[in-house]
Amino acid sequence: MARAISTRRKIGITALAWALGLLIFFPILWTFLTSFKSEADAIADPPLFLNFHWTMENYFAVQERSDYFKHFWNSVVIAGGSTLLGLIIAVPAAWSMAFVPGKYTKDVLMWMLSTKMMPPVGVLIPIYLIFRSTGLLDSKTGLVIVMTLINLPIIVWMLYTYFKEIPGEILEAARMDGATLREEIIYVLTPMAIPGIASTLLLNVILAWNEAFWTLNLAASKAAPLTTFIAGYSSPEGLFYAKLSAASIMAIAPILIMGWFSQKQLVRGLTFGAVK
Amino acid sequence: MAIKRALLNTAVGLGLVAGFSAAASAETLTIATVNNGDMVRMQGLASEFTAANPDITLEWVTLEENVLRQKVTTDVATKGGQFDIMTIGTYEVPIWAKQGWLVSLDDLPAEWDKADLLPAIAGGLSVDGSLYAAPFYGESSMVMYRKDLMEKAGLTMPDAPTWAFIKEAAEKMTDKANEVYGICLRGKAGWGENMAFLTAMSNSFGAKWFDENWNAQFDQKPWADTLNFYLDLMTNYGPPGAANNGFNENLSLMQTGHCGMWIDATVAASFVSNPKDSQVAEQMGYALAPDNGLGKRGNWLWAWSLAIPAGTDSTDAAKKFVAWATSKEYTALVASKEGWANVPPGTRTSLYENSEYLAAAPFAKMTLDSINAADPTHPTVDPVPYTGVQFVAIPEFQGIATAVGQQFSAALAGTETAENALKAAQDLTVKEMKAAGYN
Repeated sequence: MARAISTRRKIGITALAWALGLLIFFPILWTFLTSFKSEADAIADPPLFLNFHWTMENYFAVQERSDYFKHFWNSVVIAGGSTLLGLIIAVPAAWSMAFVPGKYTKDVLMWMLSTKMMPPVGVLIPIYLIFRSTGLLDSKTGLVIVMTLINLPIIVWMLYTYFKEIPGEILEAARMDGATLREEIIYVLTPMAIPGIASTLLLNVILAWNEAFWTLNLAASKAAPLTTFIAGYSSPEGLFYAKLSAASIMAIAPILIMGWFSQKQLVRGLTFGAVK
Repeated sequence: MAIKRALLNTAVGLGLVAGFSAAASAETLTIATVNNGDMVRMQGLASEFTAANPDITLEWVTLEENVLRQKVTTDVATKGGQFDIMTIGTYEVPIWAKQGWLVSLDDLPAEWDKADLLPAIAGGLSVDGSLYAAPFYGESSMVMYRKDLMEKAGLTMPDAPTWAFIKEAAEKMTDKANEVYGICLRGKAGWGENMAFLTAMSNSFGAKWFDENWNAQFDQKPWADTLNFYLDLMTNYGPPGAANNGFNENLSLMQTGHCGMWIDATVAASFVSNPKDSQVAEQMGYALAPDNGLGKRGNWLWAWSLAIPAGTDSTDAAKKFVAWATSKEYTALVASKEGWANVPPGTRTSLYENSEYLAAAPFAKMTLDSINAADPTHPTVDPVPYTGVQFVAIPEFQGIATAVGQQFSAALAGTETAENALKAAQDLTVKEMKAAGYN
């Protein structure tokens, strides 16, 4: 009897999880379906689910109008570059905060996090003027620097949390065996923190990929990533939902595929330490 | 070894590419533009320009209107120099020109034919007699209505209706049981959304934003008359949830047969009359925006135009492109490639004398009459210190009108009374204008 209740509960929880999952996934599914409709079918009333004439015309139209691969490559460079640069700065920073904390370490951590609480538009004009003076407007280098700076607090915080879980004695043992600081971080700490570093890396690539405020304001054409690409398809004067959907799918597909293949690391990274 | 060879090949390849680039040394124009259909078409046809001007290459930045506005404003105000040509509207041109941010276009070639521009459009893009932007396409607003529903209601739409007639027609056309609503109007808050419509409408009710001393006028009777009439129309004969409806939502309602009348941008006529997208294309009729017999109609005036920021290093090349894209030859090019119905409307007198265009666009005459009925230099019944029909051409307007629009949208949603919305609008406008130093 007890077993029957348990099975029923299991079915109930599974059904609930599926329902919630589908509910969350539905907007993406709808965008995907709309991208294969004609503009007239996209606004049909009542809405058409699967019974419409499937067409690839929106994808062709989008590619014809915008150079998707240029925007894609810019996104890869900006998201990848800023994450790598961020990790290079954050690993030693998190090491020192986790293993040799000082009197003000907690304050520094909180201060770093507090920079995320400031509305970005508040510093738009100063940063724009700095970029103009230094010739960084519409350059990938400039955007890599800005993305690194805005995501650095998150990278440091995540790595700090992982490093705190690693026993300091292991590092001490390495030091007793004659390892230098550089060797200690590269050969002892980093391999042990690989899962944490991997999930930090993935999360930051996603954050940098989706960042729209700075990329829209500081890039025009040469360094424009996929956020600029998609902003060209939302129109307040004209119903172009099918083309907008096709552009959306093209913009999110790479990150969606990456997220799909690395979901185990992502979930592990995001829930790390949650039950302690 | 293989890696070394690959690197060597890449280096040689890059060297060759760099060599070719240096040899070509073409001047690059970066053009910021909105993603409306006519602009996207211009981007597609620009290869004709570059073929005739091989020393100029074009980089396009095509963005949604609000994103574009924010971006080009930041750039022009800081002289960022990211763009050589910008697509801007009738609102920005006088403000930016007065700031010295735009290059004058008075010296465009004679064959460009400045005298051919529609006077109302050219007036909105000029400051002290100098033209600061070349109009790419112009629009006004008008009544678009269902002839079948009008006939069923036993009425005939006059070419120049009054607001009283619109109300009567809306009442008779409404059939809520079948989800047909007599009238669809903008309700979504925003200076370019509900406030564009309501400001233009208020002109026909004798209202104004400011008196000659820049005192806010929302506490005056004409504004109360405007808002109460609008709320009465929309509450009784408008679609449900109208406070969230902007251009696109109403376009969708009209195309799917849920609206009897829609008063909005003339550019919408080409969408609602296109049988590919619209279920009611065959039934569409057009009329001037309504009036109240006070000498002003409730229609606006807008032109998307090409302007050259003062910070560009490529003024001559930019002028060359602007002259090409806004010329009569460009219009002929679009007609030859995509048909007369697709040429950018509302900028040149000659287009409305072209019989082929008049035959292809049944809404052409009403568009022209609507544009001619708007006067951006004298927009209101009483004299005012500002220009602009559906806006006030001062930098503070965007912020103030969006806040006022939120009050009026709340009144339409029923979360605020008309009286309180007007009082809040008056208070916030007085406060902002005082802070800006107008009084």
